[in-house]
Amino acid sequence: MRQHLFSIASACFATLVPTLALAADPIKIGVISEAQAVAGSSIAPAAQLAADEINARGGIDGRKIEIVVYDNHSSAAESVRAFQRAVNEDKVNAVIASYISEVVLALEPWAGRLKTVMITPGAASDVITQNIAKDYDHNKYTFHGYLTSSALAGLVCDAAKDLLVQQHKMKTAVIVSEDAAWTTPLDAGYEQCLPQVGLKVLDHIRFSPDTTDFTPIFSKIEGQKPDVMITGISHVGTQPTVQWKSQQVPIPMFGISSQATNSTFWKDTNGATEGVLYQAVSGPGVAVTAKTLPFVEAFVKKYGNNPSYAGYTSYDDVYMIADAVRRAGSTDSDKLVEAMEKTDYVGTIGRVSFKPKGDPHVHGLRTGPGYITGLMLQWQDGKQVNIWPKNLAAGTMKFPAFIKLSSAR
Amino acid sequence: MLFWQILIDGFAISSLYALGATGFTLIFGVSGVLNLSHGAIMVAAAVASWALAGLLHAGPYTAALGGIAVGVMLALLTYFLTVRPIQRSPRVAEAEKEIFILTATLLWGIIISETIAYFFTNNAKTVLPIVEGVVTVLGVRTPTNEYFTAVICWLAIGGLWVLVNRTRQGKALLAASMNPRGVTLLGIELTRIHVAVWLIYGLLASIAGILLGMFLGVSSYSVGPLTASAFSIVVLGGLGSVSGSLIAAYVVGYLETATAYLISPAYRFIPSLLLLVVVMYLRPQGLFGRR
Repeated sequence: MRQHLFSIASACFATLVPTLALAADPIKIGVISEAQAVAGSSIAPAAQLAADEINARGGIDGRKIEIVVYDNHSSAAESVRAFQRAVNEDKVNAVIASYISEVVLALEPWAGRLKTVMITPGAASDVITQNIAKDYDHNKYTFHGYLTSSALAGLVCDAAKDLLVQQHKMKTAVIVSEDAAWTTPLDAGYEQCLPQVGLKVLDHIRFSPDTTDFTPIFSKIEGQKPDVMITGISHVGTQPTVQWKSQQVPIPMFGISSQATNSTFWKDTNGATEGVLYQAVSGPGVAVTAKTLPFVEAFVKKYGNNPSYAGYTSYDDVYMIADAVRRAGSTDSDKLVEAMEKTDYVGTIGRVSFKPKGDPHVHGLRTGPGYITGLMLQWQDGKQVNIWPKNLAAGTMKFPAFIKLSSAR
Repeated sequence: MLFWQILIDGFAISSLYALGATGFTLIFGVSGVLNLSHGAIMVAAAVASWALAGLLHAGPYTAALGGIAVGVMLALLTYFLTVRPIQRSPRVAEAEKEIFILTATLLWGIIISETIAYFFTNNAKTVLPIVEGVVTVLGVRTPTNEYFTAVICWLAIGGLWVLVNRTRQGKALLAASMNPRGVTLLGIELTRIHVAVWLIYGLLASIAGILLGMFLGVSSYSVGPLTASAFSIVVLGGLGSVSGSLIAAYVVGYLETATAYLISPAYRFIPSLLLLVVVMYLRPQGLFGRR
């Protein structure tokens, strides 16, 4: 009898053990993003693409990557609920979250409370990393996988110096930005760095993201006769761009226009975006690194459209998390944080490395030569053409006929 | 210069408001329905027009006509799916029907706007303008499309006026808004009048939506504000009074434009809402209301 039991038990174990070894727990990555917004809609597909690639090569130590997607409807409250569900019920090991700073700032304390690594592929507010610096032990689970607003401002100024001041002898600018968490440090950065590169700031206009009629804003700016408008827009994009063209505002737009990074922007604006200059960390056809173009190609092949800026970073984030899990040899959050901090990864947007503990922007990306330098692209004849920096440029600046450059005025 | 600018810009936006509010008030006048899916129908027409032009490469006229077709279809669906079943339902108490219809149209509007956001994202879309370029009048450089918008709005409103005042069917419609029972006693079927009103409403709302899409652009975010602005214009002018709505549309349009230019674009909507509150205190039936 005893022997009989033993044989049953061993038969059970014999069937169980190999199954366990074959289907090792997947590494689960939650993706909380804005399926309905142009910038956010690439986040989940890009993450899935990276996971598919890693899984096709056998996963990480035999563990597959599983992406669990949550649509947050661009709402911070829904994001918090999704985060809680991801961690408590779906048992994700890490979270990739949102392109909206307000959303990431709402999730940051939850990443600390639920001790779960979270990285944002697209939010920009400096406050995200400032919070980590203020209370490292609690907030160390958050990583900023995109540039901070002040870093973005610096990169725009670098490009403005070469393209506007040196090439076109421009002297004056008006800052135009939407009123949102990410533009507060951006505008402060602009105000500080534009005069340093030789552009006098004539005015600083912050408008409500609900604005639909931009006529009064453009007419006011035109009255001030600046050489250029330096933009900081993300929640809005189509409307100011279309009205800029339909009203034939003769001043170029240069700066950050997140929606312009997406390939659908030409169609959304019926081509009004012709001539718009925007900062980005990558762009179609620009081989920032050896990984950039293969990623874009694979994304287009799979989904039929080009990724938004947050798609590039989201794709890299999956690889970085997977790599950190491999190096940590575990999905334990604290070990994962330590491994993530040691990230030195060449992704689609450049070499990614996080600023160390003690830095005021701890867990923010390192920028500058050797790390991430950014690009300046321009919409030309339906295409996004890179014009800066020189070594990656595919064309030069061109403007639609209604733009009256100050050097020609 | 600033004066002329406010005058010209304000005229275009006010004409659009007038067209949007006319249909809204017409429905209320004839069938007593406050259609809270108004903004959604306007946006759906504009987005359909954008999709036809952008995704299927239709010309601007075909795109505009396609958008109108979608808008009219949605307006009729609103009537047949949400309004009529409640009006005829024996299970809803007569006194509660108004609030049921109000809720139903609100939910229907949300369904439309969420569907748009799901398929086309909630980023703003702009409809390819039928006329491009700018003209400078009195030193103000304005897109030709703004004048075009104002002209089309007034043609549509004029067409409605001719229909109501000069044709037999139109007179029946007017009569139904004054005394529905009287109309049925004359042997005119009320249901047919209701369908006709929703059809006319669909036309007006779609034209307004597409023109708005050409002028400023629309997104699923515009749904709420569009319904709210039509509602407040109609309440300001007096529920059910078409001429009241027209005048109120200009009051609101100019007040908003003047605020945007003279104070700040951020406060654009505040003075007109304050005005609405004041009117509600002093003259609850609205400026030209009958009841």
